[in-house]
Amino acid sequence: MDNNLNKPYNFKEEMTTRKDRFVPGHRMCAGCGGAVAVRSVLRSLHDGDRAVIGNATSCLEVSSYMYPYSAYEDSYIHNAFENAGATMSGVETAYNVLKKKGKIDDTYKFITFGGDGGTYDIGFQSLSGAMERGHDFVYVCYDNGAYMNTGTQRSSATPRFADTTTTPAGKVKNGKVQVRKDLASIMAAHNIPYVGQTTFLGNFKDVYTKAEKAIYTPGPAFLNIMSPCPRGWGYNTPDMMEICKLAVDTCYWPMFEVVEGTWTLTYEPKKKLPIEDFLRPQRRFKHLFKPGNEYLIEEFQKEVDKNWKEIQVKCNM
Amino acid sequence: MSIRERLSGNEAVAYAIKQINPDVMPAFPITPSTEIPQYVSTYIANGEMDTEFIHVESEHSSMSAAIGASAAGARTLTATSSCGLALMWEELYVAASDRLPVVLALVNRALSGPININADHSDSMGARDAGWIQIYAESNQEAYDNFIQAYPIAENPDVMLPVMICQDGFITSHGVENIELEADEDVKKFVGEYDPEHFLLNEKEPMAIGPYAVSNYYMESKRGQRQAMLNAKKVILEVAERFEKMTGRKYGFFEEYRLDDADYAIVIIGSAAGTAKAAIEEIRKTTGKKVGLLKIRVFRPFPEEEIAEALKNVKAVAVLDRSEMFSGTGGPLGAEVTAGLYRAGSKAEVVNYIYGLGGRDITVEDFERVYDELENMAATHEVKDNYRYIGLRERGDR
Repeated sequence: MDNNLNKPYNFKEEMTTRKDRFVPGHRMCAGCGGAVAVRSVLRSLHDGDRAVIGNATSCLEVSSYMYPYSAYEDSYIHNAFENAGATMSGVETAYNVLKKKGKIDDTYKFITFGGDGGTYDIGFQSLSGAMERGHDFVYVCYDNGAYMNTGTQRSSATPRFADTTTTPAGKVKNGKVQVRKDLASIMAAHNIPYVGQTTFLGNFKDVYTKAEKAIYTPGPAFLNIMSPCPRGWGYNTPDMMEICKLAVDTCYWPMFEVVEGTWTLTYEPKKKLPIEDFLRPQRRFKHLFKPGNEYLIEEFQKEVDKNWKEIQVKCNM
Repeated sequence: MSIRERLSGNEAVAYAIKQINPDVMPAFPITPSTEIPQYVSTYIANGEMDTEFIHVESEHSSMSAAIGASAAGARTLTATSSCGLALMWEELYVAASDRLPVVLALVNRALSGPININADHSDSMGARDAGWIQIYAESNQEAYDNFIQAYPIAENPDVMLPVMICQDGFITSHGVENIELEADEDVKKFVGEYDPEHFLLNEKEPMAIGPYAVSNYYMESKRGQRQAMLNAKKVILEVAERFEKMTGRKYGFFEEYRLDDADYAIVIIGSAAGTAKAAIEEIRKTTGKKVGLLKIRVFRPFPEEEIAEALKNVKAVAVLDRSEMFSGTGGPLGAEVTAGLYRAGSKAEVVNYIYGLGGRDITVEDFERVYDELENMAATHEVKDNYRYIGLRERGDR
């Protein structure tokens, strides 16, 4: 592994010396968490290293490579919705062959982005296959918890009770019925060298550190980044950082990494906040706060507590 | 210097792959093309070639990975059949519109359902509008020869389109025939190195591929594909000429068999042409009737004018389709040949037959009946039913 990974983290230095590889001009919404995720991950590439960026069809794809404009400094490939894993498998394999044959000599890193639709759902098989085969690339899921590109339809990453356009909260229904799929654990079960789950917190140390580890760990890596969507979640757009902080402090979104099978929590809230604090600012959970629906919040809390307990066990705490 | 051998169609194509030694091959097994990745894997395991094989988890992923590898600058191929090609459907269009010279060894097999593993052309015909060049073989020799010609066509800068090299499942893929193989060094020299102009791993110029293109650009990209397909006609013939110089074996858009003086002609694709040729010899010997055959080799781009020219003197034409398209009016080859004849002002009677679906046998006697019916149509100027089936079970048959 690269020595750079052990150096102390200096926020100012990180922010002033890192080169932006995802550049202005893209058409993502103001305050989009997905755009922040991409910019953060690509800033974790070391200077001098080249990269090929992959992308499942998503908000990101249609907003960052609308012909003839690309928002990427590096080479970029979009293929389709459900095959970002397989597509990057091909790119990475081609790199190994061409390098072996002496046709190229630069060092390339491979990073592919998908939303939760392209990753948890339609692209799940392609992702699983690529991870199982051991291709040396990072798959980054910018998880905003619904199919946002088509207008906030439910995904398997959507939290229980969320109001989406295909699980609307109505007179007799309380939003999504099922709980979220725990994709990071499923990826860890592929026995790949690196899995990280993160979001945007404070000085971005967690996301930068995990992205760098994911990129520079040889072999397949998976990074799950909670990326709030102001339109789909219905919070005040400038409050993204507060929403992220509430997600981790309520233990709704545990931040952890799994390195060679060893689980470590990378953030533990000083005081675990009640889940209402995360739910209240979001329009998608508005119906939970109607009188008589207190039991729904209780159920949500139970689910969060159960998951938090499980992750503590995995992390040997 | 040719080498005489006896190989199945699958083995012949795998042998050509070994000789070319492309960079990357993602593939997923499906009958009857499974042997191709198996042979290739064995060649790799024994150090006879060093192609990187990607053991993908589906055909959708094999074409997806092929697109990634080809975009990255690698010479790439895959192999499949039937439902495997159908699962790739979305990706076939992406490969063509991204202008990637991927080669696909297709072993034609019926599409489900009912599930059936035997030969017909419903798989490749279903993909006929995907923007791929399609080249078909009658025999193992042709499958081998076509595969060697595939990359020089696909990678020509005026073309840059994916190519599908098709052979009939089991009949050709598993039938062992005599074959002439070319020497490794001759094949390598003929195919040459692949040095793409634009590719993802080009250190001098980053590239983006697979854009979102809305109404203001999409149509031009399609027109560009059409131009490439038109350009391919010239390139296919040039490559065939170069191939003939190396091997003495001549190829064009189609083969004309006893067609110069023919009154009655059959148009067909694939292995059944061999049976038709046997019928032609038999009929000419016993009756003296002037019967002939036009065997399509290149279906995409469709050589419409050339076909009409070759058929300009015949009195009646039967177009035989090994796939249904459920338009209720005939098969895809029937529709396109008929349109071509009409545009050329042909006065010939034209009839369309569907035959051989799901591996149903077609015999010399079947062809003799077709020629009889053509003679009758030409005499009466009457085509009572211009869309017929050959070899259907009779009502009550078990």
